[in-house]
Amino acid sequence: MDITRRRLLVLLPAAAVAWKYVLAGTPEASPNYTMTEHWWGMLIDIPKCIGCGSCVRACAEENDVPEGYYRTWIERYHVADWRIERPEVESPDGGRNGFPPHADDGGKNFFVPKLCNHCADSPCTQVCPVGATFVTPDGVVLVDKSYCLGCRYCVQACPYGCRFINPKSHTAEKCSLCYHRITKGLTTACCEVCPTGARQLADLKNPKDPIHEFLRTHAVQVLKPHMATGAKVFYNGMDGSVR
Amino acid sequence: MQIPVEGFMYPNEVELQWSVLIVLYPFITGLVAGAFILASLERVFRVEEVKPTYRLALLTALAFLLVAPLPLQLHLGHPERSLEMYLTPHRSSAMAMFGFVYLWYLMAVLLLEIWLDYRHDIVVLSQTERGWKRLVYRALTLGSSNVSERSLHIDERLGYFITLIGIPSAFLLHGYVGFIFGSVKANPWWSSPLMPIVFIFSAMVSGIAAVMLLYMLSTRLRRREIDMRCLDKIAQYLFYTFVIDFSLEMLDLLQRIYEADESFRSLDFMVHTRLWVSQVMVQILLGTVTPIALLGLIQVLRLSDVARKRMYVLAGCLTMIGIFAMRWNVVIGGQLFSKSFLGYTTYKMSFATREGLLPAVALMILPFVILWVLVKLLPPWQESASFPGPGAAPAHGTN
Repeated sequence: MDITRRRLLVLLPAAAVAWKYVLAGTPEASPNYTMTEHWWGMLIDIPKCIGCGSCVRACAEENDVPEGYYRTWIERYHVADWRIERPEVESPDGGRNGFPPHADDGGKNFFVPKLCNHCADSPCTQVCPVGATFVTPDGVVLVDKSYCLGCRYCVQACPYGCRFINPKSHTAEKCSLCYHRITKGLTTACCEVCPTGARQLADLKNPKDPIHEFLRTHAVQVLKPHMATGAKVFYNGMDGSVR
Repeated sequence: MQIPVEGFMYPNEVELQWSVLIVLYPFITGLVAGAFILASLERVFRVEEVKPTYRLALLTALAFLLVAPLPLQLHLGHPERSLEMYLTPHRSSAMAMFGFVYLWYLMAVLLLEIWLDYRHDIVVLSQTERGWKRLVYRALTLGSSNVSERSLHIDERLGYFITLIGIPSAFLLHGYVGFIFGSVKANPWWSSPLMPIVFIFSAMVSGIAAVMLLYMLSTRLRRREIDMRCLDKIAQYLFYTFVIDFSLEMLDLLQRIYEADESFRSLDFMVHTRLWVSQVMVQILLGTVTPIALLGLIQVLRLSDVARKRMYVLAGCLTMIGIFAMRWNVVIGGQLFSKSFLGYTTYKMSFATREGLLPAVALMILPFVILWVLVKLLPPWQESASFPGPGAAPAHGTN
């Protein structure tokens, strides 16, 4: 095949995209990354979330999440009156395609993105019979697919419903905080695509990370604090109705 | 397959993780622990009346114990990796440690106790039987054919000692199964310090009921007379244990109702809807209150042998149904509600799949097949002409 200038112009970007894909798919050594210098978490700014579902789509694409399962998802809360114990909650297809309009009855509506809380004292890690799920020295809860038995005890033990069994690999799966990205100095796929900055990766060991200033000056919460799991996903502006 | 959902579930929660096979797992281990504890009544506590069931109880425990890991194995996503639980166990995991409790119970307690108890018979049979059976019995002697008075005395003493260790081990075995569920703090339906204790007592109830039914069935099949003293005693123990078990379960229920924590409304709704039949009707009314009432009536009324036998069969069968329903309600019930306490999912049991009804039924039949083989190989009937007990004159005069 003769390479014409026109063909070259078409092929070069395609080759560049393909090369980028190859690079992304290969776990690259990160020479400048020292695990013990980081302690990862995330900040979710609820008032900023518009429920567009970009994060859910980006996560699914980045991590090859099987259909019908979610490493991250968005819930829409509707609290009609003073009964915050009985919110109306929905998450159609995990909020992947956004949400249909909600009838305005004077109550409040807001979106709550959810993901693994990368707990420091994670119950899922505690119960794994073979240690296939573990906390890395930089504070990320991961699953070793080649070791997981698929017993599902960790799925039962997670108070937040973040785990599922991958129907292809038959092993436990969950948000890895895009470990393959953050160890290369990138942010997570969900944070990358969030159009409003509602999700921000946080390095709790890095004194220069703006998260520290934010946590000092805002009223933030974690989900289900009574579970004492040491959750590291912090929520700003979270209503008492959120579960 | 679309799973019907009511209210809101976290998206990954809709599908149930633990199926009917995991219902079988505590049911089967419960039968093991209960049968062993019944056997120990005769050996350790010298309850002579239950002697006719001693060996049958031990063989029942072994038959069910051999099947106990199979539902777990079938349920695993990667069964080929299950040995990793022994090779590289995670010490903080209740499930990993269960593997060792199981092994301890199988190897150090049950097999050893059965072998010591049958050793004399095995040696006799290895000398009297012919063909392949002789080879099997020879192998079972493990090279020890010494049946002198002194060696049998050592067997007896050692057997007593093992039973003594076996009782806490049986408690540990099933208490541990309770702990596997009771220690899941994320699930308020399971998370309870009473769970291991309730599991132990319900195990005793199911094991005693199973051995009682098996004793009646086997005696009938052998066209022998049922020893009513034995049967009455077993039923008496079943009654007492069942009352304690029911009281503990009610205590747990009352505590939950009175505390009424954040999960209560959700769980209460579930009991009144999705679990109404399996919990209130089958487990509590049919499977607990009715057999307790039947067994209680027998304690206070003077009934004929025939009437008592019929009532024991009925009470025993209802007890088994009740305990199975209890396991069902714990395992399946604990997954029907959302951890957000805002919704409910549905369990749809498949039929001929790996975790369906068919393998579950097969796994429930398997222990009876194993028991049949064990009974053929090591007849537990003490009065059998071909089976002299230790110290009795050998029937064929070969000893």
